[in-house]
Amino acid sequence: MDQLSKEQIKKLIRSHKLKDNIFEILGLILLLCSLLVLLALIIDLSTDGAARISKSFLTNFPSRFPDKAGILSAWVGSTLVMFVTAASAIPIGIAAGVYLEEYAKKNLFTAIIEINITNLAGVPSIIFGLMALGIFVYKFNFGPSILTAGLTLGLLILPIIITATREAIRTIPSAIREAAMAVGATKWQTVKHHVLPYSTGGILTGIVISLSRAIGETAPVITIGALTFIAFLPNAPISTEAPFIHFDWIFSPFTVMPIQMFNWVSRPQQEFHVNAAAAGMILLLMTLSMNAIAIYLRIYFRKKIKW
Amino acid sequence: MKSLGYKRSTTQYIREWCIELFLLASASAAIFVTLAIVFILISESIPFFKEVSILIFLSDTQWTPLFANPRYGILPLLMGTLVTTGVALSLAIPVGTISAIYLSEYAPARLRETVKPILELLAAVPTVVYGYFALLFVTPLLQKFFPSLPGFNMLSAGLVMGVMIIPYISSLSEDAMRAVPMHMREGAYAMGSTKFQTAINVVMPGALSGITAAYILGISRAIGETMVVAIAAGMQPNFTINPAESAATITAFIVQVSLGDLPHDSIGYQSIFAAGSVLLVITFSFNILGFLVKKKFRQRY
Repeated sequence: MDQLSKEQIKKLIRSHKLKDNIFEILGLILLLCSLLVLLALIIDLSTDGAARISKSFLTNFPSRFPDKAGILSAWVGSTLVMFVTAASAIPIGIAAGVYLEEYAKKNLFTAIIEINITNLAGVPSIIFGLMALGIFVYKFNFGPSILTAGLTLGLLILPIIITATREAIRTIPSAIREAAMAVGATKWQTVKHHVLPYSTGGILTGIVISLSRAIGETAPVITIGALTFIAFLPNAPISTEAPFIHFDWIFSPFTVMPIQMFNWVSRPQQEFHVNAAAAGMILLLMTLSMNAIAIYLRIYFRKKIKW
Repeated sequence: MKSLGYKRSTTQYIREWCIELFLLASASAAIFVTLAIVFILISESIPFFKEVSILIFLSDTQWTPLFANPRYGILPLLMGTLVTTGVALSLAIPVGTISAIYLSEYAPARLRETVKPILELLAAVPTVVYGYFALLFVTPLLQKFFPSLPGFNMLSAGLVMGVMIIPYISSLSEDAMRAVPMHMREGAYAMGSTKFQTAINVVMPGALSGITAAYILGISRAIGETMVVAIAAGMQPNFTINPAESAATITAFIVQVSLGDLPHDSIGYQSIFAAGSVLLVITFSFNILGFLVKKKFRQRY
C-alpha cells in the first residue's frame, strides 16, 4: 500500500474540512432562503393589501366595485363552517383516539382502522370535496350548505385530531392507569378522570393545528359548490325570542374567506387583486396566530406536566 | 369487611358497554370515509366510462370535455400534474434534504428549536395565499429574467408548490436522521470523518427509509395540490413538458368545473369524478409505496 506523505495527508484534511465548511454554509443559506420566502410572502401581501384593510372592509358584502367590496359574508361563513367542523370532528376524533389507545385489541380490525387513518391523511383534500359532493350534496340532499362544508372539513381534519390524541395519550405512563384500576375505577372512569385530563395539552394543540388547516382549505369547499358571491348573511343562530337557538343557518348557502380571496385573485382587474391581498392578510393572520397558539400550548403544557 | 363483596351494578356495566360502543363507532368512521370515497368515485365515474372508452381516456392527447366537440384524453391533465410536481420536487428535495442535514448535524440545539417551528409555518400558510404569491409575486419576478414567460405558467406554480412542501421533507427527514444513534456518528468521527462525510456516508444511509418516506409524502402532496396550480398555472389543458407554458392539472380541472354550474347528470360533470379517480389511484399508490418503503427498509437500532 502506498504511504501518503505528511504533506498529502495535510492536503487531504484541508480539502475535507473545506468541503465540510462549504456544506455548512450552504445549509445555513438554504435554510435562511426558506425563511426569507415566508418573509417575502408576508411583506408582499402586506404592502399590496394593507391599504384596503379598514372597518368597512370587514363589514361590507362583496361588490362589483372593488373599493366597496368587503369580506363580511366570507368571515361569517368561515366562522360558522368552523363551528360545524369543530362540533363534528373534535368528539369523533378524540373518541377514536381514545378507542385506539385504551380499548382496541391488537387484531385485524384495529389494523384496518389504523391503515385507513394513515391513508386518509394522505388523500388530497379535493378528493374529500368530490366525496362530499356525491354523498352530502346529492345523496343526503344537504345541498351546498354550511353543514356540508363543515362536515367535509371535519372529515378532512379527523386524521390530524386522531393522531394528536393518540400521541398525547401515549405519553401517559401506564402506572397512572394501573393506580386508578387498583382503587376500583372502571376503564371509562380511568379515561375520564386520568387519561383525558392529562393529555389535554397535546389534544388541544392538535385541535388548534387542525382547525387552522381547515380554515385555509379552499379546494374541497369549491368542489361542493360553495358560491363565490354572497351578499347576505345566514339567519342568526341566536335570537331574543323563543326558542332562542335556531339551526336553519346550517342549510344556508355561504362563502368562506379562502374562496372570496380566490374569486378576487382570479379576476383580471388590478383593484380586485388588492382586495385579494387584504383578504389574504387576514386569512394568514388567522392561521399564523392559530399556529402560534398551538406552539404556546405545547410549551405551556410541556412545562406543567412532569411525570 | 362487607365491602369486599362489592359488585359493579348492572347500570354501570351497561354504561361502560355503551361508551365502548360509541368509541368503537367513532374509530370506525375512518373506514366509512374511505369506503365513501371509493364508492362515490366509482359510482359517479361509471356513467362517464359508459360514454368514453377507457382506452381513449388513457391515450387521447386532447382534454376538452366542455367544448362542443368534446375529447376525453386524460394525458394533458396528467402531464400538467407531472410537470408541476417535477418542478416542485426539483426545488423541494435538494433544499429540504440539505436543510434537514444542516438542522440535524450542524445546527446548535437553540437554533434548531427556533427554526423548526418557523419552517413548519411554511406548511401552514393557506394554499390560496400561495396561489396569490405565485401569480402576483413570483411570476412577475421570473418575467424580469425571462421576459417571454406567460402570465400563467407551470414554472412559478411549481416553484411555489416546492416551497410549500419543503417543511414536509425537511421535518420528516430530520426526524429520521436524528433517530440514527449517536454512537454511529461517533464511530465515524473516531475514524477522522468530517461532519459532512459522516452525514453523507453514515447518517443518510442509516435514515434512508425515513428520508424516502418523506420524499414520497412530498410527491403525494404536490400531486394533490390544487389552489396554487389553479391560480397560477392557468386552466387550459396543454399537452407539454415545457414548464414555461401554461397548463391545467387534474386538480385544476376539477376546480374549473366546480366553479361553473354544469347539471348533475351531464358528462362534463361526471368527468371530474373520472379525473378524481385517476388522482386517487396515483396518490394511493404513492401512499402504499411509502408505507412499504418504511416497513421494508426500517432500521432498528
